[in-house]
Amino acid sequence: MTLQLDFTVNHGSFILDTRLELPDKGVTALFGRSGSGKTTLLRCIAGLEHPRGGRLVFQGETWQDERTFLPTYKRPLGYVFQEASLFPHLKVLQNLEYGLKRVPPGKRRVRMDQVIQLLGLEGLLARYPDQISGGQRQRVSLGRALLTSPDLLLMDEPLASLDATSKDEILPFLERLRDEQALPIIYISHSIDEVIRLADHLVLLDDGKVVAQGGLQALLTARELPFIRTESASTALHAQVSHPDVGDELTELAVEGQPLLIAKCSVPTGQPVRVKIMARDVGLALTPPTDTSFLNCLRVTLLDSLPGTLPSQALVRLKLGEQILLSRVSRRSAGRLGLQAGQRLYALIKGVALS
Amino acid sequence: MFGLTEADLSTFWVTLKLATVSTLILVILCAPLAWWLAHTRWKGKVVVEALVAMPLVMPPTVMGFYLLVWLGPRGWVGGFLESIGLHHLAFTFTGIVLGSMFFSLPFVVQPLQNAFASAGIRVLEVANTLKASPLDRFFTIILPLSRRGFLSAFVLSFAHTFGEFGMILMIGGNIPGETKVASIAIYDHVETLNYTAAHSLSLVLVLSSFSLLMLIFFLNRRFKVVGAA
Repeated sequence: MTLQLDFTVNHGSFILDTRLELPDKGVTALFGRSGSGKTTLLRCIAGLEHPRGGRLVFQGETWQDERTFLPTYKRPLGYVFQEASLFPHLKVLQNLEYGLKRVPPGKRRVRMDQVIQLLGLEGLLARYPDQISGGQRQRVSLGRALLTSPDLLLMDEPLASLDATSKDEILPFLERLRDEQALPIIYISHSIDEVIRLADHLVLLDDGKVVAQGGLQALLTARELPFIRTESASTALHAQVSHPDVGDELTELAVEGQPLLIAKCSVPTGQPVRVKIMARDVGLALTPPTDTSFLNCLRVTLLDSLPGTLPSQALVRLKLGEQILLSRVSRRSAGRLGLQAGQRLYALIKGVALS
Repeated sequence: MFGLTEADLSTFWVTLKLATVSTLILVILCAPLAWWLAHTRWKGKVVVEALVAMPLVMPPTVMGFYLLVWLGPRGWVGGFLESIGLHHLAFTFTGIVLGSMFFSLPFVVQPLQNAFASAGIRVLEVANTLKASPLDRFFTIILPLSRRGFLSAFVLSFAHTFGEFGMILMIGGNIPGETKVASIAIYDHVETLNYTAAHSLSLVLVLSSFSLLMLIFFLNRRFKVVGAA
C-alpha cells in the first residue's frame, strides 16, 4: 500500500473528502456516478488541482503536504484524459515525442518502437490529429503518456467518449499494459464491465466520499454495496489455465482446485486469468445433476441469501474455496430447495466470460 | 524618391519607428493581460474588458488631450518624472509611443484574448503532465497555437498607429524628426496647398501599407497548418 492520499476539496456545492491508501501495483478503478468526485480526485493526484491541506505520498516520496507541492511536470506520472487532447499543431509522431524528449535519456524505460508496436500506430505517425479517428487519437494519447516512462499511470475514462468499435480496439491494449508492464494504473470508469475487465482493486466513490474500497471480487459481491443489486450483478473469479485444449474447442481452467470449462482461448498453461460470471447465469442444485446442458458444475457452500432485484427473485452468495460466486434464482426455487447458510450445493454455470 | 524632401522622409521614418516600437512593447505587455482575461473566472472582468475597449469609441483628440495633461509637466505622470529629475513626456517621442499604446490597446488585447481562449486550458494541462515546465509550455504550446492571434495583434496595432493623426498631434506637438509623423506632414502640405508633396507622401504610405499587408497575409497562409486553429 504505497499511494497514500488525503484530500479535502471544496468546490462550493461539491465537497470531495477522501483519505485512501492504494496499492502501487495493478489497476485500481475509481468507480462512481458522474459528479461523485472521481475526476477531481485524479486531478489532485496529478497535481492539476492544488487543494490546501492535502497530503499525497507516493512510494515514500512526498508529492504534497503543508509545505511541499511538487508541480505536475515534476511528478513521474502519465495522465490520459477523457478526450484525447492531442496537440493540434503537431503530427502524431511529434505528439508522441513531446513527453519522451522531456525525460532524460537515462530514465527512459519505454521505447518509441515498443509503443508504436503495442498500440499499432505505424500508419499514423505523419498525420495530424484531425486526420485520424477518435479511437486512434485515444491510442496516440495513451502512447504519448506511456513514453514519459511513468511510475504511475492515471486514466480518466479513456474509453468514455468512444464508440463500441473503438473501445474494442483499445481495451486489449490496456489489458496488455496491465499484464506486461509492472505499471500501477489508477483508472476512472463508470462502466462496470470495463472495471471487471481491467481492475484488481476498486474504490467506490459517492458524493465526494469513499464508500468502500478493496479487491474487485470482494466489492462486487459485498452484501452492503449496490453492485449485487443490479441487473448485471456478477463476480470475477481468479483461475489458472490447467489445460489450454481439452477438445470440442474448450479450455479448462482450475478455480480453487475445481475444473471450469470456457470457450477455447490461446493462453498458456499455468497463466492466471480472470473470469466474469454473472449471477443470472448460475443455477443451483442439491445433488450433482447428470443430464443437463450445463457445462460446469462447481461444489460450493451457501453463504447467505438476499432479496433480488425483483420481488420474485433471490440473490444467493456462494463460497467457492476462498472466493465468492453469485447466483440469482427465483424465490420459489429457493424455498423449494430449502436454502440455508452453510448448506452444500452445486452451482451450475451457463456462461463464463474470460476477462 | 517620388520627389520627397529630406523632411518628408524623416516623417516617414518617425512613423515607422513609432509603429514598430509601440507595437512591440504593447504585444509583450498585453500578452499576460489577454491571458488573464481569457482564463479568469473573476466577475469583475467585464470592467477590465470595457476599459480595454474604451479607445475604440473615444475620439482620438479626447484621448490625446487627457494624455497631454497627464504626461505634461503639471500632470500626474509628467509631474512625477520632473520631481525625480527626469523630463516630462509631452511633445516627446516617448510620449507619442505611450499615446499610441493606449490607442491600440484593444487591437492587441482582443485578438490575443480570443486566441488564448480558443486554445484552451486542456492542452496546457496535457503538456504539464508531459513534463513541460511553464516556460516550456508557453513556447511549445501557447505560442504556436495562438500565433495567428499574435499576427493579428501585430498587424492591427501597427496599421492603426501608422495612420494615427489627431492624438499624436495633441501629445506630440509636431516636432520635426522627433514627433512629426507622415500623416501630420501630409496635413501640413495640404494646408500650404503643396499638393505635389502631399501626393508623394500619401503614395509612399499607401504602397508601404500595402506591401506590409501582403507580407503579413503571405505569412499567415504559411502559418495555416493543418489542425491548427
